[in-house]
Amino acid sequence: MLKDIFTKKKKYASVPSDQAKHDVPEGIMTKCPKCKKIMLTKELDKNMRVCMNCDYHFPMNAKQRIESLMDEQSFEEFNQGMLSENPLGFPGYLEKLEKDREKTSLNEAVVTGKGTIGGHPAVVAVMDSSFRMGSMGSVVGEKITLAIEKAKADKVPFIIFTASGGARMQEGVLSLMQMAKTSSALKLFSEEQGLIISVMTHPTTGGVSASFASLGDYNFAEPGALIGFAGRRIIEQTIGEKLPEDFQTAEFLLKHGQLDAVIHRDDMKKTLENLLDMHQTGGDIEWLQD
Amino acid sequence: MAPRLEFEKPVIELQTKIAELKKFTQDSDMDLSAEIERLEDRLAKLQDDIYKNLKPWDRVQIARLADRPTTLDYIEHLFTDFFECHGDRAYGDDEAIVGGIAKFHGLPVTVIGHQRGKDTKENLVRNFGMPHPEGYRKALRLMKQADKFNRPIICFIDTKGAYPGRAAEERGQSEAIAKNLFEMAGLRVPVICIVIGEGGSGGALGLGVGNHLHMLENSTYSVISPEGAAALLWKDSSLAKKAAETMKITAPDLKELGIIDHMIKEVKGGAHHDVKLQASYMDETLKQSLKTLLKLSEEELVQQRYEKYKAIGKVSVEDQYIGVN
Repeated sequence: MLKDIFTKKKKYASVPSDQAKHDVPEGIMTKCPKCKKIMLTKELDKNMRVCMNCDYHFPMNAKQRIESLMDEQSFEEFNQGMLSENPLGFPGYLEKLEKDREKTSLNEAVVTGKGTIGGHPAVVAVMDSSFRMGSMGSVVGEKITLAIEKAKADKVPFIIFTASGGARMQEGVLSLMQMAKTSSALKLFSEEQGLIISVMTHPTTGGVSASFASLGDYNFAEPGALIGFAGRRIIEQTIGEKLPEDFQTAEFLLKHGQLDAVIHRDDMKKTLENLLDMHQTGGDIEWLQD
Repeated sequence: MAPRLEFEKPVIELQTKIAELKKFTQDSDMDLSAEIERLEDRLAKLQDDIYKNLKPWDRVQIARLADRPTTLDYIEHLFTDFFECHGDRAYGDDEAIVGGIAKFHGLPVTVIGHQRGKDTKENLVRNFGMPHPEGYRKALRLMKQADKFNRPIICFIDTKGAYPGRAAEERGQSEAIAKNLFEMAGLRVPVICIVIGEGGSGGALGLGVGNHLHMLENSTYSVISPEGAAALLWKDSSLAKKAAETMKITAPDLKELGIIDHMIKEVKGGAHHDVKLQASYMDETLKQSLKTLLKLSEEELVQQRYEKYKAIGKVSVEDQYIGVN
């Protein structure tokens, strides 16, 4: 607008108040990005990181997720020591990985392993968005593929919790091909009647949503999770339109036929238990015998 | 209680009279119990008389009652642990069809059915139980899933028909129904279909290619609605009553024609009088069907289904062509 040129933009400098200087140390309190309520991080963690006020689902890291789902002491991790290389010689990549390793005490963006849920054995893979935004490079692709192969060999269900910005740019086309690799593994597993459950958590986008995340016999998501292929900004620029507020949320996807159900974190373990129970083979049913 | 259905009028009248007399007895000293008893006897006889001799058009009326039990009502009474699965994984979630997994006396099964509403608000969401292509595609997705995990499939049929609309055509209503018929023929698990209300044409058949086909006594199954038939054949939709008789669309008629396997009896006056009791009648039929079908191998199930539909149709061959292909 022409008149914008003539109006001076006001600038404000912020000076921390005395009170703010004596504020609580970082991490003790957490502010809900949705309802803006401030709460004790400890209590939030106890509530499985769901806002006590508005039900907003905060991201969970892999460790918290596994603790919230698997029967105590049942989880055995696979391939914990597998590390990324720098196949394209991408400047600064190894340093970034090192930094995230320190920050998250994880070696990569996915934790895989086997355990039981309500007594039902399953191989699970849990992505962690705090490591490189959960992006998929060679290690993520390989660990997930190995986990699927293990589920196939042991004839147990495969459950994946996704949280990813998509393919990892620093590994280029190698990352892209992990989509084909993981999907191929799922196909062979599925051909042998393997049960696949995918739970999409915030955010699940790009190459991850366009591969294993969408290939479950059951596709679930957590409330409010952002799920999509292309980012909102890219779409808006391409089509020159403003997108609706709920675009690419879990609820939006449910309405558009992409999800079986949106499941609250409180109900997650129970839902999975029931589903695993329903898919248990064997067991005699009396009335069918006579 | 005002009579909702024309043929029920005498019953309702008598019931009202009995109720009045009872109230009168309570409020005064006069003892009318003998009279009441006499009337109650008469009521029982009248009900028997009316409900045992329902005309096709009467059954059409019952099948269309707004409070006739729907798929979700029967799911509640017949199964445990029902978990609803949404979406066709392609375009949308059609709420005119519901589906999911559940247990039938401990046996995991896939349940799918048309779902209409009981009032206007619900019907807007359910589109009056008239599915779009994505509804049929959701159903197919769940059937394929059942096939993969070796679960029997139970379909409840209750629709006036697939939705006749622009969007439905654009997204391939015909293809969606056709694909279901095609794929259902190949399912390697038992498929049991029960018509619980109106079985309207291709929209009903889209969930209807099964090993066993049962019908509730007061449900209908037809190639077109009586009104539609009357309009097409006699250019007068007010002749629907006549069409209902001519077209052979009721459960007793279809049993006689050999189209259905079993006619499930209904609670006196119609399923809406007692859903729980009605479900118990269906429970027995389902058990028998599953017992029979689960003894068959995958190949036998496909073959049995094929032969069931192959046998339907009436043809004759002129004498001179007998023995010639």
